[in-house]
This record gives sequence, structure tokens and C-alpha cells, in this order.
Amino acid sequence: MSSVPSSPLAAPAAAAYDPDARLSALAWLRANLFSSVWQSLLTLAVAFVLIRFFWFVLDWGVVNAVFYTTDPDVCRAATGACWAVIAEKHRPMLFGLYPYDEHWRLVLMMAIYLGTVVLSLWPRCWNLRFLVPLWIVSSLSIGVLMFGGVLGLRYVPTSEWGGLPLTMLLFTGTVLIGMPVAVLLALGRRAPLPVARGVSVVFIEALRGVPLITILFVAVNVFPLFLPAGVEVNKLLRITVGIAIFFACYQAEVIRGGLQAIPRGQYEAAASLSLSYWQTTRRIILPQALRISLPAITNHIIAAMKNTSFVIIIGLFDILTATTAVMQDPLWRKFYIEAYLFVAAVYLFFGYALSLYARQVEKWIASGRI
Amino acid sequence: MTQSAKPGPSADPVIRMSHVSKWYGHFQVLHDVSLDVRKGERVVVCGPSGSGKSTLIRCINRLEVHQSGQIFVKGLEMTDNVKNIDTIRRHIGMVFQNFNLFPHLTVLENLTLGPMLTRQMKKSAAEDLAMHFLRKVRIPEQSGKYPLQLSGGQQQRVAIARSLCMEPEIMLFDEPTSALDPEMIKEVLDTMIELAESGMTMIVVTHEMGFARTVADNVVFMADGRKVESGPPEEFFGNPREERTRAFLDQILKH
Repeated sequence: MSSVPSSPLAAPAAAAYDPDARLSALAWLRANLFSSVWQSLLTLAVAFVLIRFFWFVLDWGVVNAVFYTTDPDVCRAATGACWAVIAEKHRPMLFGLYPYDEHWRLVLMMAIYLGTVVLSLWPRCWNLRFLVPLWIVSSLSIGVLMFGGVLGLRYVPTSEWGGLPLTMLLFTGTVLIGMPVAVLLALGRRAPLPVARGVSVVFIEALRGVPLITILFVAVNVFPLFLPAGVEVNKLLRITVGIAIFFACYQAEVIRGGLQAIPRGQYEAAASLSLSYWQTTRRIILPQALRISLPAITNHIIAAMKNTSFVIIIGLFDILTATTAVMQDPLWRKFYIEAYLFVAAVYLFFGYALSLYARQVEKWIASGRI
Repeated sequence: MTQSAKPGPSADPVIRMSHVSKWYGHFQVLHDVSLDVRKGERVVVCGPSGSGKSTLIRCINRLEVHQSGQIFVKGLEMTDNVKNIDTIRRHIGMVFQNFNLFPHLTVLENLTLGPMLTRQMKKSAAEDLAMHFLRKVRIPEQSGKYPLQLSGGQQQRVAIARSLCMEPEIMLFDEPTSALDPEMIKEVLDTMIELAESGMTMIVVTHEMGFARTVADNVVFMADGRKVESGPPEEFFGNPREERTRAFLDQILKH
């Protein structure tokens, strides 16, 4: 595990950066940036573009920017960015249509949510006797905070939920529903039973072949037609399941890739110890397959976080849609770029946190800690 | 048997293979092979590669499915019946050419997994058992390591210990030393010889003719999916009846 065989691709690079042949700064420049006329021209062109770009960012984003004002006219007068729009509009952007006076409930909800997630991702807490009660308690308190209607809290229907908390709930729902389904689909596709195999193949291929928006349209507009009169399934739940199943079909193929990498000898060794199919799958095959496919799994999880913005089609306002709506305000409309940069930064923060965590998990795996 | 120093095999066969045939598509890998193995008997199966010797022993615990003929283990016939397969596998341990240890588990976890899952042993009891067999194969100090941190010979000894933890009555060895560097072959063979001396019923597919000569009660020679001849080692090596056997022995013993 510790010895990483150097790939053939790595060899020439290693030779180029041979430490024994370390050159002076000038020689390095000549060797790497100005080794020929053509390369020199390319270097100068790239340097020009980079300098112009950073100069613009500095000039627009810092030097001439307005960081705080409540008067949009101050921003209009400035030539730089108007970061004041974020201070002015952050609450409807982050919390959408949720009643303004109840925003503290969402702040508390996000604190509980993030605390729960961080604890769950920490190997020292990987103990069902701790995690199960933790998730029950935090799910209940998040439910109470979001819906209200008890303990003197005002009732807020899901149609008024929005912003970052909505994004978080959709994302968590997608992963918690989608991952187990993905594992089952991946196993099903390789199962000895022809029925399980057929169902998995049809399910994966059918859903993977259509755009997500179509699945969501079916979940929202077509699915209710099949329900008996009077029965209603919450729109938010339907759309979460829709995104989750789409996620699961892609993730299933990623996990199947990991399953295929497991040598036949592992199955034979398990069989010779007379382990059952499920014992073999759970204790021998899946732990190895999931480790192998972890980078690709992370990839899809990050994509799933961003797919949550599709809730726009049922008129819910996640952080992206809420921002679009908020920026209709004629007084501040001009500064939509700054607002979208803020949203991008929020996505980037969570996306990058996920990929850092995934890298840490890969290190733990390599060191045999998990 | 003639070698009175060894614990003598009893009369009842624990494994009875009769007229076993197997095809891969149109290609017949086993032609009507019959073999009886009595309790405590050590059988060595040898032959050129592609002769079906591995397939033969893999049919005994149904890693391969035979298409005609019958296989009985302790009187129970190996059929599609899942319960039979499970019961038979509990009697049989298997050691593979490529070890097939579970790389994500430590040596100790590799050994305790089977007893805990299929024999419902408590963790502490399973660990005691595992350490007992790790001492037998002389690597108790490696219990906390991962398989890939060990040498090939050590890995194969762990694999033997893992099979022994299921306390089987029969052990199958599928070319246990073929993937090893020459200097590691001896440590694995020594372990197998000790196991043989303890009275274990063993079927060993191997090219190690020295092992066959000293340990086997019965040597089986296979070629082209057929059992060409079999007999006690002194007869087999000293006076082979078949031309094919002589040609094979000439080749393998010259070096």
C-alpha cells in the first residue's frame, strides 16, 4: 500500500526536475520559459494576460470597490465592485422565502446540521451507538426548527423553505437515499440472479439516458397522476427522491467499476471460508470496491451538491434561485455579478471542503487507519 | 500403506469422486476422473499445466461445477443444493496459489473473520484460536500487520493459518508454492509437512516432487484432463507404468 509504483508518465517529469541538476533562477527561466523564440513569445503572452487579469481583479474588486453602504447610489457612482449588495441582500439570498423574522431558526438549523455532519465524518465517531442517536436527535430538532408548529414556533410549509438550508437538506437527502440505492444497483447488475441483473440494468440505463430535468418533471407532474385521489406526497420529498435516484444510477456505475477491480480470488477465498453472499459482499467485496472507487464517488457527490439547484422547476428557491429572484430588485439589479460571485464562493466552500475531506479519507485508507 | 511411521489412513473414503467430467464450452477439462481419498491420506496431484489438476480439486469444494459424475464429501453429495455446498465447505480448507488474503484486513482479522461469521465464535475466542494457529505457522508477531506488508512466504503461511482457523477435516492446496520466490518455498513446505504429520487429510496440487516423495501416500498424475496413473510415491517415481508419466518425470526431475 505504501509503495506507489511510479507510472511511466511520471518518469520524464522526474528526470526534468532532477534535484542534482538544480539550476540558478536565471538558468531555470531560460530552460523552462524562454528556451526558444516561440516559447518566449508564448510566455510573454500568457504573462500579459495574467497581469491584466490580476490588475483588473485588484482594481475592480478592491481598490475601487464599495464594501459597505445601504445606498445603492453610492455603488452606482463607484467604478469598482459593489460588495455592499451582499450585506444588503444576504438574508433573502441565504434563506429564500422563509419568513424574515424566523431566520434565526435557519441559523440554528445550519449549526446543528453542520455539527452533525462534521461529527459523522470523523472516524473517531464511527460507532453506530453514537451516530444513530445523534442523527435521530438532530433530524428531529432540524424538523422542528424548519416546520415549526410546535413549542410556540410558527408553522412554515415546505413551499416557503429556501436558500442554503434547502440546498443542504436536498443534498443530504440525495446522498443518504442515493448511496444505498447505488450500492444495491451496482450489486444487482453483477448478481447471479438474472432477475436482479435485468431490473438493475433497465433501471440504470433508462434513468441514466434521460436528462435530470425530465426525471424531476416526472416526479413533480406525472407521478401524482398515479396516486389515488386524496393521497399526496410532499413535493420536496418527491424531488429529493428524483435527484437521489438519478444520482444513484451514475454512482452505481462508479461502484460497479470498483467491484470489477476485485480479483476473483477474493470471492473464492470467501467461498472457501463458507461465507454467504451477503457476508462476502459486506465484509470482503464492498469495503475494497468502495475504497477503489472513492475518488470517482467523491466526484459524483460534489456534482450532486450542485444538482440541487434544479429545485427551481418546482418553484422552490435554493440559494442560486433565491439569488436570481433577489437580484430582480431594481435598486440593486446592476450588481448581480457580485451577488453571483458570493453564491459561487458558498458552493466553492462546500465543494472544496468535500474534496479536501475525500483526500483525507484516501490518506486514512493508505495508512490503514480505515 | 508401506510407510509405517505415518499415521495410517483409515479405510472409509472421506472424498469420493466418481467419473467426474467437466467442460468449458466445448472444451473438456476433466475426462471421467475418479479418485478416493481416505481420512488422513495425503494425495499429491501433479501433471503438466493445463492438465486439469487445479480444476479437479476446485470441484471438491465447488469453486468449479462438474457437469457429470458424482462427488461425495463425508458421504454427502455435492449438488446444486446450497445447504450441501455450505456443509461440505465447512469441512474443507483451501490454500490458493496467490494466497487470496483479504488486503483490507489485518492478519488477525483475516483469521478471525471466518470463525466469527460462520461459526458464531466470540471475538476473544476467535482471536485466541487465530493466535494459536499463527504460532503454529511461526508468525504470531505479524498479527497486526496487513497482508501486503508481509513476504510471499509469510502471506502463504497466514493463508494456511486462516484455513486452519475453520478447523477443517480436509485441506486442499492449489499450487501453494508456485507464486513464491525460491527461498520462500521451504518455509511453506515445512508448514505443510508439519500439518501432514498432525494427521490432516490433504490433497496437494504441486510441482514439488520432493514434497510428493516424502509426504504423499498417493501420487496422482494427470494429463489432458485425464487421470493417467496413480500410486504410492516409491512406485510412482521408481517404476512409472505409463509413457506420459515417464516423459513428465524425466522433464521435471532433470533439473
